[in-house]
Amino acid sequence: MSLEIGLRLSRGDFALAVEACLPARGVTAIFGPSGCGKTTLLRAIAGLEPQVSGRLRLGDETWQDKAYFLPPHQRPVGYVFQHAVLFPHLSVRGNLDFARRRCGDGPGPGFDEVVELAGIEHLLSRATPNLSGGERQRVALARALLTAPRLLLLDEPLAALDRQAKAELMPCLERLHENLSIPVLYVSHAIDEVARLADQLLLLADGQVEASGPLMEMLTRLDLTLAGSEEALAVIEATVSAIDRDYHLTRLAFAGGGEGRELWLPGDHLPVGRKVRLAVHARDVSLTLRPPTQSSILNIIPVCVDALSSSGPAQTLVRLRAGEIPLLARVTRKSETALDLHAGQALFAQVKSVSLVE
Amino acid sequence: MPTDADIAALLITLKLAGLTTLILLIIGTPLAWWLARTHWRGKPAVEALVALPLVLPPTVLGFYLLVLLGANGPLGEHSLAFTFTGLVIGSVFYSLPFVVQPLQGAFAAIDRGYMEAAATLRASPRDTFFSVVVPLARPGFLTATVLGFAHTVGEFGVVLMIGGNIPGSTQVLSIAIYEHVENLEYARAHWISGGLLLLSFALLLMVYGLNRRFKVVGP
Repeated sequence: MSLEIGLRLSRGDFALAVEACLPARGVTAIFGPSGCGKTTLLRAIAGLEPQVSGRLRLGDETWQDKAYFLPPHQRPVGYVFQHAVLFPHLSVRGNLDFARRRCGDGPGPGFDEVVELAGIEHLLSRATPNLSGGERQRVALARALLTAPRLLLLDEPLAALDRQAKAELMPCLERLHENLSIPVLYVSHAIDEVARLADQLLLLADGQVEASGPLMEMLTRLDLTLAGSEEALAVIEATVSAIDRDYHLTRLAFAGGGEGRELWLPGDHLPVGRKVRLAVHARDVSLTLRPPTQSSILNIIPVCVDALSSSGPAQTLVRLRAGEIPLLARVTRKSETALDLHAGQALFAQVKSVSLVE
Repeated sequence: MPTDADIAALLITLKLAGLTTLILLIIGTPLAWWLARTHWRGKPAVEALVALPLVLPPTVLGFYLLVLLGANGPLGEHSLAFTFTGLVIGSVFYSLPFVVQPLQGAFAAIDRGYMEAAATLRASPRDTFFSVVVPLARPGFLTATVLGFAHTVGEFGVVLMIGGNIPGSTQVLSIAIYEHVENLEYARAHWISGGLLLLSFALLLMVYGLNRRFKVVGP
């Protein structure tokens, strides 16, 4: 099943023209700078922008085309607004019941399941104006889930929150990702949120789609703005394979990485078998033609140069592949010449720092 | 002490004010909702029309109503002048702004986001109006109800023109006071005036007390 989008809107000097076909599974992040039309696109999908023209289909269900506009209250979406928008005249339970009463006993997740997932059992009888920012978002998320949506739309749910509240909501979003099979569109302008939650990425710039595809490919595509940024990173999905109790290190085998491709991470709190996401920043990866034998760096991975791209006058961005897994390295142009870097070359990546995405 | 005629005038006044307020809430709510939401270019004209009774001498309104509803008007022998029905029609026009304006203000103050949130929770526009808009506009409804009622109790000019002064049928308290003064029955005028003063104060106290944090469109 997929979400087919062909929407356009012209409002003053802002124009939105989005053509995309997104897989309706997992989390798709809509990513781009402020004002690029992310929220407008999300609102248009929910039917909240009646001036938007074009077509919109989820699976075999048409929500909008030339002569047809399914009103927002008939679209099976759950929407979490940036500022939660809880009804102030209803308690937390009243807000949840508002959704539950109108959606009957659909096939969606049950009340108890949703309340537990959002971690709001203790808030049910509270009045909504007295909730903290993080609590409001969790209630809003639970309320949206109770409509048994076929598509969940999250509009920067973390943007208005402080660190503490973000730390509360993030695990909740991850549980959502793991436990429910509802496809999610997630609007964000923070790359760390995207790296943590998204499976697919839709890059938006000036109201148009710059590119879309699987997260790991998109992060490392040299022709896109993401790889060019100072914060450029690759994300690796890995499984905890062993714990070294003596040195308090965790060994991680990464999926699709092939034989011998593993990483060490400081710390020993993760259980063996746990799947995690790792971030490897381009600036933390250096290249060497022969594996160093006397180095303090633990993570040395055999890789293959995939492509190169100039990154300013002094630096070069190198896209690498460790088996199927793409990685980025930022090296100087001087080193590029010294190592005679070229596509197809086999060498070793020294990864100075790997971090859990959390 | 008030006489039977005064009691009759009191009952007519309360009946008139109650009925007028009810009718105004029924027609004023959709009108105020429309005014609060429309971007139509003719909106200021409609708002001016609604507000007209605020500035017009009541006798002007009463005069036109008399022409329209009287025996020489389009209704002919079904004339409503000097009847209780005529009185209700006149009061509805005269108290219209006191109901529509607080409602319009209350509706306009409701963040659109609540209605959008309701839509994404599968509430139809009609459902949203009754389950979100009305509860959120409750202070506006309270203000509108009390002001509409109190202002109808206090009207004089329109009533005099369209209703005449028929005891037991169209004689309301404000006119009863006028008549008592004309007849130099000051004691009886005192009873009714004092009663109206207290009633009006109590009603307004209720509005301002309950709506402490809500903007009241004053009379």
